[in-house]
Amino acid sequence: MAEDTTEENEIIKPFWSGVVTFGLVSVPVSLFPATRGTTLRLRMVDAEGSFLQRRFFGTDDSKPLDAEDLVRGYEFEKDRFVTVEDDELDALDPEKSREIDLKQFVELDALSPLYFERAYFLVPNGSTTKAYRLLAETLTREERAGIATFVMRGKEYLCAIIAERGILSAQTLRFADEVRSPEAIGLPGRVKGDVAAVARFAKAIKALKVKTLDHAELEDQRSARIVKLAEKKLRAGTDVVLASPDATEVEESSTNVVDLMEVLKERLQGKLRARRAPAGNARKPATAAVDELKSKSKAELYEMAQSMDVRGRSAMSKAKLIEALAGQGH
Amino acid sequence: MAARAMWKAVIQCGQSEVPVKLYSAIEDRNIHFRVLSRKDKQPVHGAMVNPETGKIVPHAETRRAYVADNGDRAILDASELTALEPEPSRNIDIVAFLPNELIDHHWYDRPYYLGPDGNGAAYFAFTEAIESSALQGLARWVMRGKAYMGALRLHQGYPLLMSLKLSDEVVAVENLEAPGGAVLNPKELDMARQLIGMLAAELDLSAFQDAYRDRVLNLVKAKAEGGPRLKLVKGSPKKPSDDLERALHASLKSARKSA
Repeated sequence: MAEDTTEENEIIKPFWSGVVTFGLVSVPVSLFPATRGTTLRLRMVDAEGSFLQRRFFGTDDSKPLDAEDLVRGYEFEKDRFVTVEDDELDALDPEKSREIDLKQFVELDALSPLYFERAYFLVPNGSTTKAYRLLAETLTREERAGIATFVMRGKEYLCAIIAERGILSAQTLRFADEVRSPEAIGLPGRVKGDVAAVARFAKAIKALKVKTLDHAELEDQRSARIVKLAEKKLRAGTDVVLASPDATEVEESSTNVVDLMEVLKERLQGKLRARRAPAGNARKPATAAVDELKSKSKAELYEMAQSMDVRGRSAMSKAKLIEALAGQGH
Repeated sequence: MAARAMWKAVIQCGQSEVPVKLYSAIEDRNIHFRVLSRKDKQPVHGAMVNPETGKIVPHAETRRAYVADNGDRAILDASELTALEPEPSRNIDIVAFLPNELIDHHWYDRPYYLGPDGNGAAYFAFTEAIESSALQGLARWVMRGKAYMGALRLHQGYPLLMSLKLSDEVVAVENLEAPGGAVLNPKELDMARQLIGMLAAELDLSAFQDAYRDRVLNLVKAKAEGGPRLKLVKGSPKKPSDDLERALHASLKSARKSA
């Protein structure tokens, strides 16, 4: 059982923000992961079903430590540590901490599979997407990837900047000294296979040949089995803790888990994620805000709805407009 | 220096078997930090806490909960989850052979070399048959309690098993929409093409070294010896190019000069 449980609410923040440069052109971007955990999220609970949180504790203290009480440490001798602050790590190479400087462009298919490590999407920052689109379009046309190193969270990464369907991604690559060759492993020299045995394998390969990849093969069967068991328990009512009537807890358990895809979709279109409305009917808009809205004319309300991109605004009555605007935190 | 095998297995391909040993094709060279408490500079330990009571819940008393959309929770205990784990096996089952281009970097997870276990007769015959087929195998196996899918292909003449991500884990670029905006200026596109052409190179990853790793090690060494705190250099962030055409023009000029 791997640690695939989330104890805390997930908030999707960029992994890195800075600029991609080629020549003197700079493209402000943020990096978001292109992979996510499996969709199944099991929460840690106690025997009564209350949600638990992971906290950190010091050696002598029984009080949990807050984030500002924690610091990164390096063990330079057994049980002896030095602390390392984020600003010290950034200062080791300030340029690479905020810049991905593409110094060379290589053919896309020259990259060996062994080197690929992780993938991040680049979303444009700043007022214009022109430089972003120019780089994406040129990389696509030339079938090339830009290569650079940059520093993110205390580590230097080698990366290839690739364009697909007008979207830029950074594929982090392993450094040459992180990849082993067959010789380094100590694999024996190739010898000629027995002709009959080769023919037998060739026949087996032919028999198993298909023309497409069946994506069902890559489905998460483990999660599916767990969901099946859990749904069965929910139907039968065994080992079930019903949702607490306390609305805040429901909100915490569902609404803060924001789908990565949703964040990417919005950020690629240059939108910052708006605060999500609480789950379902949970919260009544604050009366003062509603009163303020009531004092406005319908035309004024409509104008506000337009600026806030409220969907279906043209068909709304004054009361509906107030409701929609109040829900937007106005 | 020969590497140690991490697992022994038998490839099942049709009616034939190939005994193999599995080796990691990559090496972890990251610097590992620990989380310390600021107060005494000693490592911290994590524990699960009930936020209502503030009490630590020992690991043995924790359960997992599946939370339905309406907030209802189904409690699962460790034995139930273990029962759902795949049967242990030594087999690497080849389920299909398919063209190489059908599985690309979006799916790659971790690469492993396969070496012969025993005299290698089947191993080398199998390797040769894959080579002449120009196909890759799609493999399924269970290692240390976890089920894997992988692509089996040759790398530098040896079988390489690349474990693959699950479909839920990959955000498909097909589901996203590229940033929009005004049509790009053909002149700027042409300059960008020229610039990238001038910076075109043969791939040589050995030319890129992780120099930062050494800097981090030097930093911690200096701090361990009680040296003065380093002066922190802060550069100013680059200004984004407002005038794209001018930036491209200047780039081309300086690239020509250094060529």
